[in-house]
Amino acid sequence: MKKIIGMLLIGGMLAAGLAGCGSTGTDTAQTSSATVSTDGSTSMEKVIGHLSEAYMEENPGVKITYNPTGSGAGIQAVSEGRCDIGLSSRDLKPEEAQSLNGTIVAIDGIAMIVNPENTVSDLSIEQIGAIYKGEISNWSEVGGSDAPIVLIGREAASGTRDGFESITDTEDQCKYSQELTSTGDVVQTVSSNPNAIGYASLASVKDTVKLLAVENVIPSNETIQSGAYKIQRDFLLVTPKEKQLSQAAQEFMDYATSAAADDMIEKAGAVPVKR
Amino acid sequence: MSKLKKTADIFEKAMNAVFTVCGFLAAAFVLIITGFLIVSGIPAIKEIGIIDFLFGTKWASTASPPYYGILPFILSSVFGTMGAIILGVPIGLMCAVFLAKMSGDRSSEIVRSAVDLLSGIPSVVYGLLGMIIIVPCVREIFDLPDGANLFSAIIVLAVMILPSVISVSETAIRAVPKEYEEASLALGATKTETVFKVVIPAAKSGILTAVVLGIGRAIGEAMAVMMVAGNVANMPNLFKSVRFLTTAVASEMSYSSGLQRQALFSIALVLFAFIMAINLVLNLIVKRGSKNE
Repeated sequence: MKKIIGMLLIGGMLAAGLAGCGSTGTDTAQTSSATVSTDGSTSMEKVIGHLSEAYMEENPGVKITYNPTGSGAGIQAVSEGRCDIGLSSRDLKPEEAQSLNGTIVAIDGIAMIVNPENTVSDLSIEQIGAIYKGEISNWSEVGGSDAPIVLIGREAASGTRDGFESITDTEDQCKYSQELTSTGDVVQTVSSNPNAIGYASLASVKDTVKLLAVENVIPSNETIQSGAYKIQRDFLLVTPKEKQLSQAAQEFMDYATSAAADDMIEKAGAVPVKR
Repeated sequence: MSKLKKTADIFEKAMNAVFTVCGFLAAAFVLIITGFLIVSGIPAIKEIGIIDFLFGTKWASTASPPYYGILPFILSSVFGTMGAIILGVPIGLMCAVFLAKMSGDRSSEIVRSAVDLLSGIPSVVYGLLGMIIIVPCVREIFDLPDGANLFSAIIVLAVMILPSVISVSETAIRAVPKEYEEASLALGATKTETVFKVVIPAAKSGILTAVVLGIGRAIGEAMAVMMVAGNVANMPNLFKSVRFLTTAVASEMSYSSGLQRQALFSIALVLFAFIMAINLVLNLIVKRGSKNE
């Protein structure tokens, strides 16, 4: 069995290698090859990955690169002209907004989930922050049964964790009892532990867990788009105000902010912008 | 006739060359991996400082300022492996005795094929079962808020090392000359006494090899551990969530950048050093064993 898998893998790699050769060959022939470089937020990796993959499939002449450096570094890079489009998962500061434009490409909605047996159904952002900082450690303190709260989170480098901690103001103070490496693991763990609370991108929440309302608002694509649901942040494409974008970069921007990209954005676990 | 011989000769020589090349290829891979790990692992250790890196007790790679102390990972890996050996080796050894002494029996055939099957199960399946069955069970039995901890990881690892421990110690036990046993039985020792006082001591070096192989398997496991240990960089505690060396690399690699990424390579280097040490010990045991015989 292993052998067969190994051979398939090798075959696949060879085929991919050959395909790669083929497309580079046609690129040079078409002379329309262009590169769009993006740089910035690691949280946007999935969104930009899905978008660029879909875009490159339709436009084989264009290559989109992504450099995961963080929102601040991405904004810096675009203002210094070291990349075409900067990626930011935080809003632009006033001084940055003087020379840069931020275009919302998608919204990151982070859902709070608990076990279906849990009687708590609504928390405020302050309560969530206090829970994750360990100041509230029993469900009875927020109206639930008398049981310890088990904090489920993501690994340090996760974009979801970064978003959650920055919105609830708990950066580097969370007392996690588990740091899991995928959203699926978080959902699975919360569904099997009656005392657990976790956070996950709204798109990947299944009905094995209970969605919590935050400040009395249940997360959904609508409440996130209207801004009523609070644990959310915008994903921005940052472009310079003065300088004209290259044609390829402009076309990619147009694609990313069009309705055609909505599917890809949802696939990447984010919420599309309301149009 | 001579022409036939000539072609056969050429074929022989060609195959000889192919075998040699393949042999060197395997050695080259080891060299490349070693070189790569050293080259990419040293810079971060230099920057962080080897004492702070190896003996620092706090790991917060994305905080500002970041902390890169991997002592919690090292100790978790060591304790987790030790626990797995303490649980798994006695069970594996008894199982090996059962297989070696009951050979030909139908039940031993069934056990043997089950053990073979156990070694073929992918580690992610162990992890999944651990996550869905062992973690909730540990939570219920010990009345903990959360079951993803060092103890659950030890149980999963103990099961995972069983196949290699069983098969190697069974071979060792089978290699013990029949006369030893017969002499022991003839002197009036019971079967149990014979097994524990004659057979196992005689098979000592083979059993030690099995233990070392088990250690190697346990310390290198990432996937299953990641799914049951909780992955928080705590100092090890039996009922607290812990992060192993392997999972430290695996859980952050996909998003990391800069010094954080380099530090992950350094963790891999430390892990590699552990595996190398285990292999050295294994070689020593095997050599000593063959000298004694």
